[in-house]
Amino acid sequence: MERRATRIGLGVWVALVLAFLYLPIVVICLYAFNKSNIQSWPIAGLTTKWFGPAIHNGDMQQALWLSLEAAALATLVALVLGSAASFGVHRFRFFGRESISFLLVLPIALPGIITGMALNSYFVFFKFNFGLWTIVIGHATFCVVVVYNNVVARLRRVPGSLTEASMDLGADGIQTFRYVTFPTISTALISGGLLAFALSFDEVIVTTFTAGAQNTLPIWIFGQIRLGQQLPQVNVVVFLVLAVTIVPVALAQRLTRESGILRTE
Amino acid sequence: MAAGLDPAQGLEEGRRGARRRLGGALWRRRWLKGFSLLAPPVLAFLVVYVAALVALFISSFWTVDPFTSETIHHWTLDNFRELWHGATYHRVALRTVEIAALVTLTDALIAFPFAYFMARVASRRTRAVLFVLVLLPLWASYLARVYAWRLILNSDGILNWSLHKAGLPSANVAYTNTAMWIVFSYIWLPFMILPVYASLERIPHSYIEASRDLGAKGFRTLRTVILPLALPGVVAGSIFTFSLTLGDYITPVLIGGTSSQFIGNVVYDAVNQSSNLPFGAAFAVVPVLVMGVYLVLARRLGAFDAL
Amino acid sequence: MTKKRMWALVATLAVTLAFPAAGVSKAHGGTLNLIAWEGYTYKQWVNPFEKQSGCTVHSKFAGSSDEMVTLMRSGGGSQYDMVSASGDASLRLIYGHDVQAVDPSKIPDFKNFGKAFQSPPNNTVDGKHYGISLQWGPNTLLYNTKVVKPAPTSWSAIYSPKYKGKVTVPDNPIQIADAALYLMKHSPSLKITDPYELNSTQFKAATDLLRKQKPLIKKYWALASDEIDLFKNGDAVIGASWPYQTNTLKADKAPVKDIVPSEGATGWLDTWMVSAHTKNLDCAYKWLAYISTPKVQAEQAIYFGETPVNSKACPIMDKLSKGSCAQYHANAPLEYFKQIHFWKTPIADCGNGKKNCMDYTKWQQAWTQLKG
Repeated sequence: MERRATRIGLGVWVALVLAFLYLPIVVICLYAFNKSNIQSWPIAGLTTKWFGPAIHNGDMQQALWLSLEAAALATLVALVLGSAASFGVHRFRFFGRESISFLLVLPIALPGIITGMALNSYFVFFKFNFGLWTIVIGHATFCVVVVYNNVVARLRRVPGSLTEASMDLGADGIQTFRYVTFPTISTALISGGLLAFALSFDEVIVTTFTAGAQNTLPIWIFGQIRLGQQLPQVNVVVFLVLAVTIVPVALAQRLTRESGILRTE
Repeated sequence: MAAGLDPAQGLEEGRRGARRRLGGALWRRRWLKGFSLLAPPVLAFLVVYVAALVALFISSFWTVDPFTSETIHHWTLDNFRELWHGATYHRVALRTVEIAALVTLTDALIAFPFAYFMARVASRRTRAVLFVLVLLPLWASYLARVYAWRLILNSDGILNWSLHKAGLPSANVAYTNTAMWIVFSYIWLPFMILPVYASLERIPHSYIEASRDLGAKGFRTLRTVILPLALPGVVAGSIFTFSLTLGDYITPVLIGGTSSQFIGNVVYDAVNQSSNLPFGAAFAVVPVLVMGVYLVLARRLGAFDAL
Repeated sequence: MTKKRMWALVATLAVTLAFPAAGVSKAHGGTLNLIAWEGYTYKQWVNPFEKQSGCTVHSKFAGSSDEMVTLMRSGGGSQYDMVSASGDASLRLIYGHDVQAVDPSKIPDFKNFGKAFQSPPNNTVDGKHYGISLQWGPNTLLYNTKVVKPAPTSWSAIYSPKYKGKVTVPDNPIQIADAALYLMKHSPSLKITDPYELNSTQFKAATDLLRKQKPLIKKYWALASDEIDLFKNGDAVIGASWPYQTNTLKADKAPVKDIVPSEGATGWLDTWMVSAHTKNLDCAYKWLAYISTPKVQAEQAIYFGETPVNSKACPIMDKLSKGSCAQYHANAPLEYFKQIHFWKTPIADCGNGKKNCMDYTKWQQAWTQLKG
């Protein structure tokens, strides 16, 4: 147990950091009610007049829908490829094993603009039509590693004896996977998938290069920031997105916490 | 062979037989199972991502016709020569790396006590709440959050207003590199907190107790036991903070001033404004090299296990 | 719900999402992929067009003419059907064979365009029209009336140290022309006749002036909202601007005013151009006709603070916003245009027989180095 002074000191630090983390978010939510359409301090006045136009904004709706689609598909691809890769790396020893982690982490470790530029040239060269799928491919490159890491970390905690025991009891490979392995990694998949979804939903740099005449929500937001005339609408949208996502994020946290089958202390 | 399954599970003999045969074949030829698991992701990455990267860097040895933007497939080192001799590019690269390093250091210092509290002091419930609170900002648009910092750092913004109320002079921070440092440190903080928390949480309590039993006071335990074990997490977090700062071009546009160009800005301008992809690719080699070295070092320090 | 049902739901969701509902064409006409300035193709203008023409419109917004050129050229030029480029890039598109000649007789409102905008040099070459003019605006001098006293009348206000650290100018290589315009009037020994045609001596003088100006600058504004925020929040008190920023600030009761100083000003003229490789020529012409109608011209003018080329838009503008027609010089006499030097792409051909002028690549390089 740490000394009481240390604990109080740390508690104060945590409070300060949280204040730091949430200051801009409070600003965003507050300025969703800004009377003026230009942001300046102090706030010009409070009003809810932006909520209607923001929600009914056709360009915004289209962008939001595209973002949700792209994020869902990218997460799906990441879940499949990421867990496959993690199983392969965890279970088998082979030459070049560590380079797989290296390979998968590259898209997130290298600047997004490089991924964007490279994929753009690639799609142009092979004459792919820019659209939903090029956006998904762009996002999937950095989403895979997020799922991969979560699952690998979980698999490391799973004793190999569980699968062997299952086999000894007569289950074939698929049954073992379904009844023994999958439940142990399901929460890792959820937290990995959720983080991948968040990263894809908010991504703007790679998307600028891999989207054609489509706008995802971040691209729409950047356009509004460019013009600067309807900024409160952006704040409204961000405020609402945040309000909506508190629930799944909190839920996911509860799920992943309670699994606790395999605490190894 | 194993005993048969309870038929009440509802599996027909034929289907079960086929599955068992497949399962058995994969069990015996383990390499086939490994291959079928690894082939899709690895091939996908090689054929799409790596191929695209390689093609991009090959193009850095070409040039473009300035008026028509057509690529001239003539091997030349001109792009690299221009980078080597251009003082502007040196300045830009140095500035980018310096700020990225500063941001990484800042985030590590801010995140460590926070993660320590989360991992070792907080109760289960508090930890869950803190976890959600750290993740939630990632769902508020990056662009909106950076834009909100303008309001805070402006001449007539929240920061100066608070300083004036406290009787202090204005901090002339708007549209400077200092402002960029603050904003970058803010934006990537959750990416540092989470891996550091994960690695701190993994330290078994028995280690701390043993250290105490052996007579080490709090600070000594921290220095000799906790910090080395938490290092992989810190390095893992630093991969994010460093590389994300290194490659960013949006924050310099929104928050930066007159001497705030980053590598990303020069690359973006080269590609999108000048239609000069080869030159952009050539300059993009710099962050790739930097990150390559960084990743190799990080792997040595065990960061890959702590991502 | 059981795990099985949950997975079934997830699977159905994934399958439904894979069919991009947004891309489903609601009309039987073609699809237009447009590159436009931010906001030019908002739903309020696109929806009526889609209904009346049967064409579907998708938009890619860009922040600069240069970006538009790059986009138009990507993929061998077959990705986008139309582009609304400004004069600093239109010549690049024309000489690069990225756009095709259009027939103005197919546009009913063309005859209502002001004479200066039917065949301007930045979209008409050798008598061939490569686009239809859209809207234009001057690059004005914007200042804070409370702080900047006496009221400035010359561009020298942004080159003098009086407002050091509170000046802003656009982040655009074409800004070099503004410096050249200033030198045209104040350093006649340089013999600059056209701010876009500069030989190496003249070019060096212009970039030197900008280098001297750099310590005075708070920020080179890249986005319109940059400048709006700079003025509203006390970070800048004087600078080069577009009427869009002025209008937005004035609407918010900020104490600002803009003028075209005594030396004149540079200006921009947007043109809708049609890709040389488009497969939807029919829809493209429909869009050109639609965007030239007085009502749409007036609405866009008011929204973006620009001036329409269609003279019939004036009365509608005044109905939407009293006095806006005169405010934006929509039906100004020819003398007014003589002091506006519209953007055009700098090329090596100086237009006077010499071919030693700085081409645009040099402008871009110089600008990157200036920003450092």
